[in-house]
Amino acid sequence: MKKIIALVLAAVMVFALCACGSKTAEPEATPEPTFPFDNDSTPFDISTLTADEVKTVKVGFIFLHDDTSTYDLNFMNAAKEACKNIGVEYVLKTNIPEGQECYDAAAELVDAGCNIVFADSFGHESFMIQAAKEFPEVQFCHATGTQAHSAGLPNFHNAFATIFEGRYLGGVAAGLKLNQMIEEGKITADQAKIGYIGAYPYAEVKSGYTSFFLGARSVCPSATMEVTFTNSWFSPDLEKEAAIKLINNGCVLLSEHADSMGAPTECEDKGIPFVFYNGSAAKDCPNTFIVASRINWVTFMEVMIGRVAKGETLNADWTGTLANGAVELTEINENVAAPGTAEKLEEVKKALIAGEIKVFDTSTFTVGGKAVDSYFADVNDLGTFTPDTESIVNGEFAESVFRSAPSFDIDIDGITNIDA
Amino acid sequence: MDNKVRNPLFHVAKRAALPWYKSWVIRFGAVLAALIVCGLITTLVTGEDPIAVYVSMWEGSFGTTRRLWVLLQNIAMLLCVSLAVTPAFRMRCWNLGGEGQALIGCLCSAACMILLSGKLPNWAVIVCMIVSSILAGAIWAGIPAFFKAKYNTNETLFTLMMNYVATQLVAYFCVVWENPKGSGQIGIINPNTQIGWFPLIGGQKYLLNIIVVALICVAMHIYLNYTKHGYEIAVVGESERTARYVGIKVGRVIVRTMVLSGALCGLAGLLLVGSTNHTLTPTLVEGRGFTAVMVAWLAKFNPIWMILTSLLIVFLSRGAGEIATNFELNQSFGDILTGVILFFIIGSEFFINYQIKLTKSGGKEE
Repeated sequence: MKKIIALVLAAVMVFALCACGSKTAEPEATPEPTFPFDNDSTPFDISTLTADEVKTVKVGFIFLHDDTSTYDLNFMNAAKEACKNIGVEYVLKTNIPEGQECYDAAAELVDAGCNIVFADSFGHESFMIQAAKEFPEVQFCHATGTQAHSAGLPNFHNAFATIFEGRYLGGVAAGLKLNQMIEEGKITADQAKIGYIGAYPYAEVKSGYTSFFLGARSVCPSATMEVTFTNSWFSPDLEKEAAIKLINNGCVLLSEHADSMGAPTECEDKGIPFVFYNGSAAKDCPNTFIVASRINWVTFMEVMIGRVAKGETLNADWTGTLANGAVELTEINENVAAPGTAEKLEEVKKALIAGEIKVFDTSTFTVGGKAVDSYFADVNDLGTFTPDTESIVNGEFAESVFRSAPSFDIDIDGITNIDA
Repeated sequence: MDNKVRNPLFHVAKRAALPWYKSWVIRFGAVLAALIVCGLITTLVTGEDPIAVYVSMWEGSFGTTRRLWVLLQNIAMLLCVSLAVTPAFRMRCWNLGGEGQALIGCLCSAACMILLSGKLPNWAVIVCMIVSSILAGAIWAGIPAFFKAKYNTNETLFTLMMNYVATQLVAYFCVVWENPKGSGQIGIINPNTQIGWFPLIGGQKYLLNIIVVALICVAMHIYLNYTKHGYEIAVVGESERTARYVGIKVGRVIVRTMVLSGALCGLAGLLLVGSTNHTLTPTLVEGRGFTAVMVAWLAKFNPIWMILTSLLIVFLSRGAGEIATNFELNQSFGDILTGVILFFIIGSEFFINYQIKLTKSGGKEE
C-alpha cells in the first residue's frame, strides 16, 4: 500500500512540474499578417432565384438558447423570415451549448440533409470548424466568429454586422437623455455616469461598449462609464445583480451586452433609463426603455442561402452595415427619450453612412491621456492572441474592415472596469 | 361522527422474488407504456400523427449510418461509466461520484493536451493523458473510500459532493485556458496539430471507444464473477461481518474497489476528451455518472445485461431528441420525453419489488 501511495505521489509531482514548466514558456514572435482579407458586404437579390434552385437547398440553424434569450430570438426571427422569403426548407436546433454538443448538432443537421448550417454564438466556432473539416460539401456559416479568414476552409464563413454604429447611435440617444437630466437639475454634469453590463471581456463586447460610450460622450462631454461583466451570455440573475451593483455605484443610465431581460426589468423597477440591444423592451419597460440597436440578420442569411442555391462561392467574411440594412435601431420610446432624439439620430445616422462621422475616430478618445496613433489588433486568429495587424488607418480604428467580427479591444480613458 | 373504520382502497406489499420472465414482462410493459405516453404528449402538443412520432424516434437512432455510429458511441460511453460504478455497487458501496470521477479524468486529459502540446512528442502526451486521467479518477474515488474505510463516513454523500468539486474545478480551468481570451470557453484543443488526439481506427471516429469499452465489459464480467477480488467484493456486499470473520480485510477491499471504480471513470473521461470530443466543458460527461446508476441497477449489476440497458436508455433519449427537432419543438422537449421514459422505467422496478393489493369492500383484509 505504501508503495502505491509513493508511486501516486511521485506521479502527481511529475505532473505538477509539467504544469509549472509551461508557465515559463517564451512569448512567441509576432507573425506578419499573411492572409488575404476576404470581407464582403454586398446584399443578394433573392428575386433572381428560380424554384429549382431553391429546391436544392435545406438550411439548418443552431441556437445557443431558445426564444427566451433576446439575442437568440432576434437570430431565430431572422432565420424564419429569410427562409420564408426564399421559400426554403429549414430545421432549427435550440439550446445547443458552446461545447461538443454544437459539433453533434451540426453533424446531425448534415445528416438530416442540410447543405448550409448556421450557428449563432461565439463559442460555437471551433466546433463548427471541426464539422466544416469533416463535411466539406456543406457550407458552415458562423455568426460573430473570428477564424474564417485564417482557417483556410472554403466552406467555413463568419458574419457580423457593424453593430458598433448602432451602439454609437444608442449612445447618442443616451447622451441626449443625460443632457436632459442635467438640464432638469436631476443630476449635476459630473454625475452623468453610465453603467454597462457586458457578457465577456473580449473584443466584441469591448468594441460595443466603447462605441456606445463614444456616442454618448459626443453629445454629453462630461459622461463617464462603469463596466461590469457577467461571464455569461444569458443569466437573468447575474444581469439583475450587475444592474443593482451599477445603480448603487451611482450610475444614472444603463446599457448592456447580455441577452436576458434581467437588467431591463430591474431598471424599470428603479426608474433608471436604459438603452437595450437585440430588440425593443418598450412593452415590458414602458417607463425606462429609450431605444435599442439590433442586427437584422435577414440580409446575411439571404446572401448565404441565395449563393448556395446559385452554386456560387461564399466569402470568408460577410459584414452587415448601417448602409446595407443589417444594423438597425428599434422605434424610439418617446415617453422616455429626450425631446429631439429622433431628429438627432437621423442626422447622425446619415453622417455615419456618408462617412462624415467615424465611430472610432482617434481624435475622440485617449489612452492614459495620450492619443492613439498606432495599434496592432489580434485580427488573424490562430489561437495565439498575437497582435498582428495595424488597425489605426487614416485616423480611425479600422473596425470590422479586415474581418467581420470586431477586433477593437483598447481600454480607453473615461471607462472604468469595476471588476478589475 | 362516522364510526366505521375506513379502509384504504389498496395497500402495498413486498413481493416474493419474481421469476425472471415475469419481471422482464413488467419492464417491457413499462417501456411500452412510456412510449405510448410520449406519443400521446407529442400528439397533443403538435397535433402530429403518433405513428410519425415513433418513426422519428426510430430514425433518431437508426436513420443513417452516422446516427448508428453515434448510437453505438453513446452506448459505449454510458456503458463504460456504468461498468465503472458496478464493482462498488456490488459491494453495496454507493459510488454516486461517477460524474465527477469521469470529469476529473477529462480535466487531466485536457490539461496534458494543452500544457504539454509542443513540449513532448505526441505519443508521450498521449501516455501522460492516459496515466494522469486514470490516476485522477482513482484519486477522486479513493478519497471518499479512504474516509469510508477509516472513519465509516457516508460514501453516498461524500462521492456526490466530490462531483461538485470536480465540476467547479473544470469550470475554473475553462476560464484559465480559455481560447480566445475573454470567451470563457476552451473550444477544440489543438485543432491543427491534433496533439493528444487518439488515432482513428479504420477511419471511424467512434470505433476506438467502442472496442475499448467492449474489452472492459468482458474483463469486468470475468473480474466480478471468476476472480478472488470479485468474490471478496460479493462477500463484503452481503455482510461486512461475515467478510471480517472469514479474514477479508474489509477496509482494504473498499478502498481497492472504489479506486478501481474511479480509475475506470477516469478512463471514460480520457476517451471522451482524447478520442471523441477534444474539448473540455463542465457538461462534457453529460450526466452519464448519474444515468449509469440506473443502467447498473436495471441490469442487476450484471455487466453483460448492462449492454442492453444502456442501449435502451440511449435509444430512448436519442429518439426523444429527434422528435423535438423534427416537430420544431424546443430541445428541452426532448428532455421532458426522456424524463417521462425514465419515470416509467424506474417505476417498473417498484412493481417488480412490490405488489398492490386491492382491499376488499367488506373491510376485511385480503
